[in-house]
Amino acid sequence: MSQKTVLYDKHVEYGGKMVDFAGWQMPVNYGSQMDEHHQVRQDAGMFDVSHMTIVDLKGERVTDFLRYLLANDVAKLKEEGKALYSCMLKEDGGVIDDLIVYYMNDNWYRMVVNAGTHDKDMAWINKQAPAFDVDVNERANVAMIAVQGPKAIEKAIAVLPLDEVEAVAEMKRFFGVDCGEWFIGRTGYTGEDGFEIMLPESEAPALWDKLAHAGVKPCGLGARDTLRLEAGMNLYGADMTEETSPLISGLGWTIAWEPEDRDFIGRAAIQRGRDQGVSQKIVGLILEERGVLRGHQKVVVENVGEGEITSGTFSPTLKQSIALARVPVATADVCQVEIRGKLLNARVVKPVFVRDGQAV
Amino acid sequence: MSDVPSELRYTASHEWIRDEGDGTVTIGITDHAQELLGDLVFVELPEVGADLTAGDACCVVESVKAASDVYAPLTGEVLEVNEMLAESPEIINDSAFDDGWLFKMQLSAEVELEELMDADEYEKEIED
Repeated sequence: MSQKTVLYDKHVEYGGKMVDFAGWQMPVNYGSQMDEHHQVRQDAGMFDVSHMTIVDLKGERVTDFLRYLLANDVAKLKEEGKALYSCMLKEDGGVIDDLIVYYMNDNWYRMVVNAGTHDKDMAWINKQAPAFDVDVNERANVAMIAVQGPKAIEKAIAVLPLDEVEAVAEMKRFFGVDCGEWFIGRTGYTGEDGFEIMLPESEAPALWDKLAHAGVKPCGLGARDTLRLEAGMNLYGADMTEETSPLISGLGWTIAWEPEDRDFIGRAAIQRGRDQGVSQKIVGLILEERGVLRGHQKVVVENVGEGEITSGTFSPTLKQSIALARVPVATADVCQVEIRGKLLNARVVKPVFVRDGQAV
Repeated sequence: MSDVPSELRYTASHEWIRDEGDGTVTIGITDHAQELLGDLVFVELPEVGADLTAGDACCVVESVKAASDVYAPLTGEVLEVNEMLAESPEIINDSAFDDGWLFKMQLSAEVELEELMDADEYEKEIED
């Protein structure tokens, strides 16, 4: 049985086309995915991301625990509320999940992980935590709304019923502010500025209405995917999985190799990959011809070898098809993609296409 | 609620067929189909002159979300394709039964027309 978020009735009320996503009934769009995409690039849109998992980790040794659990290093987080993006790896270096962790204080971190990986993430974290005496508390009855776009902050600030609204307004990018029952992060998954607002479920439908009234339009999972892909952000399960090392998934930048004596799960395996050199990497592709790039299409780099698209779509901002692809490290400036038996020309670019509303 | 014009014929795979009364038909995808697909961004049409057999996958329509085959509902030769769709596939979203037509066919066996669904049958089909 599919689960419903507390905003389910709002989605239906606002015309959301509901689909099953990772066991949740979620809106794929509210009419036009394309319009919702442009709304976020040009103004402000909101997404229900209540299906994601929020976990509070507490204990005197919680920093040591996370320095062992995660490939990025939470010791970099010195300021209260600062966020860090990291992979959680298996011993063999495969990616269990990607996540955001907020430093609340020396004894408390807040982590947000994917919905589709909930069960295995929680099992993994709960397996590792006892050795560090860390208390793992999955937050229940909490909703999460992402408000994204160049006007998202201004519009959200105007309707947030919080005493801490000044602190929220002054918050820097990639920080979060604890507001008691609420928590506001200046984070997102669209390549635009904005907030991710965690709040009690009971208050979420009213906030949804207030935001909509302020001109923040509801957007579905469809637009969320085209926005993240334009921004060159990885999707778990497509661009990286338990079978792929972060080194061949465009995630090398998230691994904290220093200090060398920090032992984290998966380190030995990916260290070998780093020392020996990996044979593949993630690049961006822009299709030069008509058509749409999709996951699993074959990529041919002449005289170099073959690769595969990990995520592809039509970019509403560029009005061309774009993709992330795993190709041989040598690669080239151009390649061909096989679509229904035909080889079409594509340009090989850095895996980021749009940032803050502008083509890169 | 999708529009289902009564003068057209339909298939279970969501093509519509307009009998032009002279042994030719015009073919497109239904309003219901475009709604399911969402914003269309690419259409691959058959070659003019191609001989199609009923049931052949002969076109591809792609939305931001997904690619979907279009099947030849009848047997015959492709007479004309809607060139406008190369530049502006979104015409199908705006006007699935009219400006968004895909291609025209000369039929080999007009009798095949009788096997297609009428509007009532198609309406029942998409209710399920």
